Amino acid sequence: MRARVLIRPKEGILDPQGIAVERALPALGFSGVENVHVGRLVELDVEDESQLDAMCQKLLANPLIEDYEIVK
Amino acid sequence: MNVSTETLPSVEDAIALGLTRDEYALVCDKLARAPNQVELAMFSLLWSEHCAYKHSKKLLRTLPVEGPKLVMGPGENAGAVDVGGGMAVAFKVESHNHPSAVEPFQGAATGVGGILRDIFAIGARPIAVLDSLRFGEPSSGRSRYLLDRAVAGIGHYGNSVGVPTIGGEVYFEGPYETNCLINAMALGIGETEKLVRSAAAGVGNVVILFGASTGRDGIGGASVLASAELGEGDADKRPTVQVGDPFEENKLIECSLELLEKGLLVSLQDLGAAGLTSSASEMASKGEVGIDIDVAKVPLREADMEPFEIMVSESQERMLCVAEPARVDEVLALCEKWEVHGTAIGEVTDTRHMRIFRSDELVGDMPVDALVDDCPLYDLEPEKPSAPLYPAPKATLSGDFDAHAALLALLSSPNIASRRPLFEQYDCMVGSRTVRRPEQADAAVLALAHGGAIGVSIDGSGRRVAADPYTGAIEAVLECAANLACVGAQPLGLTNCLNFGNPEKPHIAWQLTEAVRGLGDACRALDVPVVGGNVSLYNEGTEGPIYPTPVVGMVGELPDPGRAAQSGFAQEGDTIVLVGDFHPVVPASEVAKLRGHALPDGLPPVDLDAVRATHATVRDAVRSGVVHSCHDIAEGGLAVALAECCLLGGIGAEVDPECDERLFGEQPGTAFLLTGAQDDVAGLGRVIGTVGGENLCVGALCWPLGELRTAHAALAPLFP
Amino acid sequence: MKFGVVQFPGSCDHRDALEAARRVADAQLLWHGDHDLQGVDAVIVPGGFSYGDYLRVGAIARFSPLMESVIAFANDGGPVLGICNGFQVLCEAHLLPGALLPNTSLRFICRQVDVEAVGDSAWSRAGETLSIPVKHTTGRYFAPEIDPAQVVFRYAAGQNPNGSQDDIAGVRNAAGNVVGLMPHPEHAVDALTGSADGLHLFESVLRERVH
Repeated sequence: MRARVLIRPKEGILDPQGIAVERALPALGFSGVENVHVGRLVELDVEDESQLDAMCQKLLANPLIEDYEIVK
Repeated sequence: MNVSTETLPSVEDAIALGLTRDEYALVCDKLARAPNQVELAMFSLLWSEHCAYKHSKKLLRTLPVEGPKLVMGPGENAGAVDVGGGMAVAFKVESHNHPSAVEPFQGAATGVGGILRDIFAIGARPIAVLDSLRFGEPSSGRSRYLLDRAVAGIGHYGNSVGVPTIGGEVYFEGPYETNCLINAMALGIGETEKLVRSAAAGVGNVVILFGASTGRDGIGGASVLASAELGEGDADKRPTVQVGDPFEENKLIECSLELLEKGLLVSLQDLGAAGLTSSASEMASKGEVGIDIDVAKVPLREADMEPFEIMVSESQERMLCVAEPARVDEVLALCEKWEVHGTAIGEVTDTRHMRIFRSDELVGDMPVDALVDDCPLYDLEPEKPSAPLYPAPKATLSGDFDAHAALLALLSSPNIASRRPLFEQYDCMVGSRTVRRPEQADAAVLALAHGGAIGVSIDGSGRRVAADPYTGAIEAVLECAANLACVGAQPLGLTNCLNFGNPEKPHIAWQLTEAVRGLGDACRALDVPVVGGNVSLYNEGTEGPIYPTPVVGMVGELPDPGRAAQSGFAQEGDTIVLVGDFHPVVPASEVAKLRGHALPDGLPPVDLDAVRATHATVRDAVRSGVVHSCHDIAEGGLAVALAECCLLGGIGAEVDPECDERLFGEQPGTAFLLTGAQDDVAGLGRVIGTVGGENLCVGALCWPLGELRTAHAALAPLFP
Repeated sequence: MKFGVVQFPGSCDHRDALEAARRVADAQLLWHGDHDLQGVDAVIVPGGFSYGDYLRVGAIARFSPLMESVIAFANDGGPVLGICNGFQVLCEAHLLPGALLPNTSLRFICRQVDVEAVGDSAWSRAGETLSIPVKHTTGRYFAPEIDPAQVVFRYAAGQNPNGSQDDIAGVRNAAGNVVGLMPHPEHAVDALTGSADGLHLFESVLRERVH
């Protein structure tokens, strides 16, 4: 099956990329945008979806500084 | 076997690809038939201005290319000069202007990648990068964007590949607004005896492609040749932007150098503009052989690529080599070790033809000479313009002349303000050779392992060349040599990139012809051979052409890197000497630009013999060790040079000259500010003052260092 | 005494580290794909962009065969120094606490800085101030649970280039044999190219060996 892992900076960690995007949007005419965070997407075909969590813990994300969400 | 002619393009297709009717007819004549899809794609690229130098080659032949230290001259992937100890320094500059206007990050990045490949293709280990950039005024959002992305792209590629970016220049002028200039220069070092040429040789030898896989990068214009079935929605299958991967290039450098070190290769060539087409045909042409290529063997990134796409793809980080059949396994094993996939894709033949196969099907068959050597060369028809080509700049410094305000305005102007916010984005020290970093000295200095060092600088000129292409080009060469003199370096060779508008227009042809004449005269006067270079033409838009912009990169040698003088004042109490026959004028200067003056018609001539003597005086003084600081007088004239010396040294000065507009006049490359103990330096020129204090005082006018520093930091807001 | 300098695909400063180490002792390169540490007495994991910084800086390099041996070596008390990307690899390998995040400015910064040694370790002696360059995009140190005693290097006041918590430039493990720092001591071993203060780190581990 095709899985997608969304990886984002943990809450509370300074995310300068998110801030940069949040500041750039109003300059382009988009208002009312808050709380922007920039992360990563990993897409993969897996045979055994029960392994996804371990893959995230071990390689795909760094649990100290990132949260991940598995989307099927 | 007859070549497949099932998709026979028309003369209109040829024109869409950039060939003229006459050129198309010539191709038909050379093939004794009409070219098919693959052949037309290949001819249109190799006969393009970018690859064939149709409008510039005759002119370039007038440049001096001989010199006692020359090891490799124009015509190879890069030029090289002897630096002693059996070693040679290879170097070259190239433009990547048009791709950067489309996508500045990747355009600048792949510009760096491309010039690096030219260096290690001849067996030299890359040791440095420099870049020369030109944009519209930073008041334009678009130019700020291009600047930000181009600098990020250069940093991204250079830093990741592990080659230090040790110098460069950036200028902002209205005429570059729609046509930015990105010129990248690279240097490498290798044993003179082991430098490699690119000529393919040995009938029966194997042609191997290694590096990244091949996709649709850079195909763009040739897409008109695609087979008719593909419809509108497939536009995204044909990117014009080449995307670089510096990690791949890092591995490619190690693999290529190890292949050469182990003697496994007959020849090596990089893939750049026009991809496999130019790489393979140039190898065949130099070796006076033929080459067969099977596109079915080329590792692809996208499954359904047509033969013409595979042949013209500009996917980055790929190299082509020739090896004897007995060594092929070793070559491929080494590629595996470095994780740069290698594949045998062809063979050297004695047919003197380039034959392209798709498995067993012959899809293209062209004589090598026709592709590489028989492109028509055109004579320029120069005509001096009767009216000014460029509008006067907008005045930002109006009213009665106020020297105090003028210096601050100049220091904070985009062409003069500190470039620290740019160069701090570049790793300037990987490789451990960098003895003088940006803003430490007028030229970058790299120590050589076998002793001694090289000085390197890249300098160009646009506005002044527009005022007087002949003298302006001379000044650019002198400025570059002057920077080298400041670190005690004797020039060994020069590489140039000529950035101009449409040469088919007589006034641009005049700019180009006069600039090359000036370039040649200056090189001959200084005894510096041209080792190679690049030409970028057709840099113009609806608003008009760019300023004619020759950019020169020079490499020189110095015996003792410890004596390379710093730019900034060094010691309280030092005597400041003005060295050189200095006749500055205000027209075409930076202060004239700020005052909104139109360009003058012509610049005062330069006494080349006198300047040559001045450079020698400075160089010898620096080498003797008595010089504490040395800085050439360039943009902004004497006043700005003094301010820069104070700021870079962190000490003030007291200086005698009168305070009027002549303090801001310019004559690039002809004069220097040099300091040291009075007894050591007073005899070298005219004593004008003393180093010391916390202000720059010129006659009755004083500027506190803090005020100068604030003005000088003006570029910082461009990189928040 | 022999140093081993690890070389990954994408390493940039391995040769600089090798030459720096050779100023004080023997040194050789160690290939990422091998398991054998070849009897070296200390390991240096150098700067660069190992594996292109793909996925996350240092994330892939930590799993290389040679790193398995380095981890065992470190757990046995062997001295290990991670410089810049090397520091990132050691954090990913959990030999050091914390992680490195993008610089607050989001830009690559190359600049000479003053670094204060504030803790003893196999590679440092508290009390020294060293002039050493930094050059990185991802150097902001983050370790909410770190024991302050494990902080070994701090940027001098006002010189933090990347927003690291508490101006931390380098840390050690609990045992003190493993150290990671973002500044590049291998680029400060010769006054001709800037400063020779970086030699202190290489000399420290020599002293350590003698004792």
